[in-house]
Amino acid sequence: MTSSSYLIRSASLLGTTTADILVADGIITAVGVNLGSEVVGEATVIDAAGLVALPGMVDLHTHLREPGREDAETVETGTRAAALGGFTAVHAMANSSPVADTAGVVEQVYSLGRESGWVDVRPVGAVTVGLAGKQLAELGAMADSKARVRVFSDDGICVSDPVMMRRALEYVKAFDGVIAQHAQEPRLTEGAQMNEGVVSADLGLAGWPAVAEESIIARDVLLAQHVGSRLHVCHVSTAGSVEIIRWAKERGISVTAEVTPHHLLLTEELVRSYNPVYKVNPPLRADADVLALRAALADGTIDIVGTDHAPHPSEAKECEWASAAMGMTGLETALSVVAETMIETGLMTWADFARVTSTTPAQIGQLADQGRPLEVGEPANIVLVDPAARWNVDPHAMATKGRNSPFAGLVLPGKVMATFFNGHPTVLDGKLNTPYNHGVN
Amino acid sequence: MRHLLGTEALSRENAIQILDTAQEMAAVGEREVKKLPALRGRTVVNLFFEDSTRTRISFEAAAKRLSADVINFSAKGSSVSKGESLKDTAQTLQAMGADAVVIRHWASGAPARLANSGWIDAAVINAGDGTHAHPTQALLDAFTMRAHWAKLSGTSSVGADLTGMRVVIAGDVLHSRVARSNVWLLRTLGAHVTLVAPPTLLPIGVEHWPCEVSYDLDATLEAGVDAVMMLRVQAERMNASFFPSTREYARRWGFDDARLAKLDALNLKDTIIMHPGPMNRGLEISSAAADSPRSTVLAQVRNGVSVRMATLYLLLAGDLRENTTTSTPAAVNNTVPNAKDPS
Repeated sequence: MTSSSYLIRSASLLGTTTADILVADGIITAVGVNLGSEVVGEATVIDAAGLVALPGMVDLHTHLREPGREDAETVETGTRAAALGGFTAVHAMANSSPVADTAGVVEQVYSLGRESGWVDVRPVGAVTVGLAGKQLAELGAMADSKARVRVFSDDGICVSDPVMMRRALEYVKAFDGVIAQHAQEPRLTEGAQMNEGVVSADLGLAGWPAVAEESIIARDVLLAQHVGSRLHVCHVSTAGSVEIIRWAKERGISVTAEVTPHHLLLTEELVRSYNPVYKVNPPLRADADVLALRAALADGTIDIVGTDHAPHPSEAKECEWASAAMGMTGLETALSVVAETMIETGLMTWADFARVTSTTPAQIGQLADQGRPLEVGEPANIVLVDPAARWNVDPHAMATKGRNSPFAGLVLPGKVMATFFNGHPTVLDGKLNTPYNHGVN
Repeated sequence: MRHLLGTEALSRENAIQILDTAQEMAAVGEREVKKLPALRGRTVVNLFFEDSTRTRISFEAAAKRLSADVINFSAKGSSVSKGESLKDTAQTLQAMGADAVVIRHWASGAPARLANSGWIDAAVINAGDGTHAHPTQALLDAFTMRAHWAKLSGTSSVGADLTGMRVVIAGDVLHSRVARSNVWLLRTLGAHVTLVAPPTLLPIGVEHWPCEVSYDLDATLEAGVDAVMMLRVQAERMNASFFPSTREYARRWGFDDARLAKLDALNLKDTIIMHPGPMNRGLEISSAAADSPRSTVLAQVRNGVSVRMATLYLLLAGDLRENTTTSTPAAVNNTVPNAKDPS
């Protein structure tokens, strides 16, 4: 355990009041204006004038690919990317190989995260064995494991069988878990390549209709209500889904929802290039959907931003559209894309940003040490952002192994200057520093 | 213009230039020696990821009549999952010095990917990609319609378009690259297009296309029509609930003997019947219709070679001009000494 202390001088807390933050032994030990030397002692001073201090970001939706697809990403490279992106915790999705459907696999991923030390790695457990939708995975064993899994998802594949979904929602009540659903009616999306609409008609690409997402969400919120359980909807992508979730929340149904940065910025018009870097599931939608998603994130209908960071090796994208893998990287651009779409547009403040990228995702994932206020006695998971900086997105300069960023070449606002994880700077001056050392496990 | 990927972005000038050049090329096909030296020493690769003997031999004949060297590369089934990638294939052809790649691919957008990826410098000609586009088919269809339209009005087809022509395209529009390419090109050339199909075989979003849409073939014919193009119904659609049975399909949307008689009854004596082939006789078109004097099926095949010669010639030896006049280029006049108007 490191015992270094740091003084973050003159940061703007959540973009409002300016204060100093003293960090020691992993804890915020003082917050105040012009903290005196009698308080600060030997702390390393970090000049944060002009920077916004936020709680470390928590991603509920990350694909780290390990075990099985270490050519695409490893826990080490993925969590480096996360730290650079301002995250202090990520939830590793279950669609690894082998699938994270046993206590053994989730403990392996958890341990790899601890060894890497860049962020908290919280494994997501599969809902069904092998993501096959036929038999419940041992959810209780994963919950009781060292990884303490609370979020379960077959992400990439929808739990489409209504009985299976009902049972999963019911069963996780035993340990206050949550089912994170990838809402995609499989029969309506066989061979689907892009959003179904004007553009798919022109391009001759098989359509992924909005109704395939919306019909599953409608079913699932009713199931969650019926069995009195908690539902989380992954990567909401359509205006119609927003309406259904709004309706469910008005009725008091326990549902939370997530939107990805790319669905807040990009539209299906980009697919006209046939460049598979824009191929993702759920697909990029239309302008009206993007505007509805932004409004829903601002008004709280959508609770959080989740990256759905999905790195792929270059050969999975350097091919014809139909053969290409679905997915985009997102950890290192999430903050900037949300700044571009939500803050620069005046829809949200940095305090709102903290809520949707840290506080609420930590609550959904039940991470007690994450998403906490920047107050004395709280864990020192902090990110410092230069809100005025603009940077050119270059996938080749990223820490992730994936080069499949749809934002390549864009100039985006907001740069992560430092990330503190358990009081240790994993990122300093906008560059990777050193990982946190968890000591002997 | 370096590539021919689709017809949506094809200007009226370029389209008419291709059709006029094809008309010159057609004259070559009527000579005893059906060969021009225009592409001597140039290499044209027919890169086919999907079986299509008709289209391949049409392009092969076109390239050979222009004296190009032709390499046929059948890469059926190739994909990332199955073996060599499109990128590797493209770079192989680049290393072999291909000047033009004629690509047929099961994936929509594969020709665009080839043209825009930087993997290869050659001119790319789309010979049909997935359910997206088939521009040379649309051009040969337009060429066939233009010859017919000019003959009716007793004028030369050179430089002409299809203004005022009423075209019905009937069948599986949803999965048809032929329909898509025709809709855009016929719009550009001034024709009035009506698509007729069961609602299950029309794409969501079709209301944004520059054409009319109908579910009723009889009513559409009765409204008056100058060309009826029947689309092939693929076997794999027949058991996927797009329509209840082949018999019901044929009754409601097929060009059967009754509808052939209807053209006569409506006194539409000059209406032509088109089909891109291969035909399902008895399903989307009856034998009597396919073999009637109204049928242009064989003329379409013949015109295909001319249009493909024109495309290869203009992309490799000529210049497809933007926003210029529509006269036949001097370069073509020089290489086609016996040019005449075949219509």
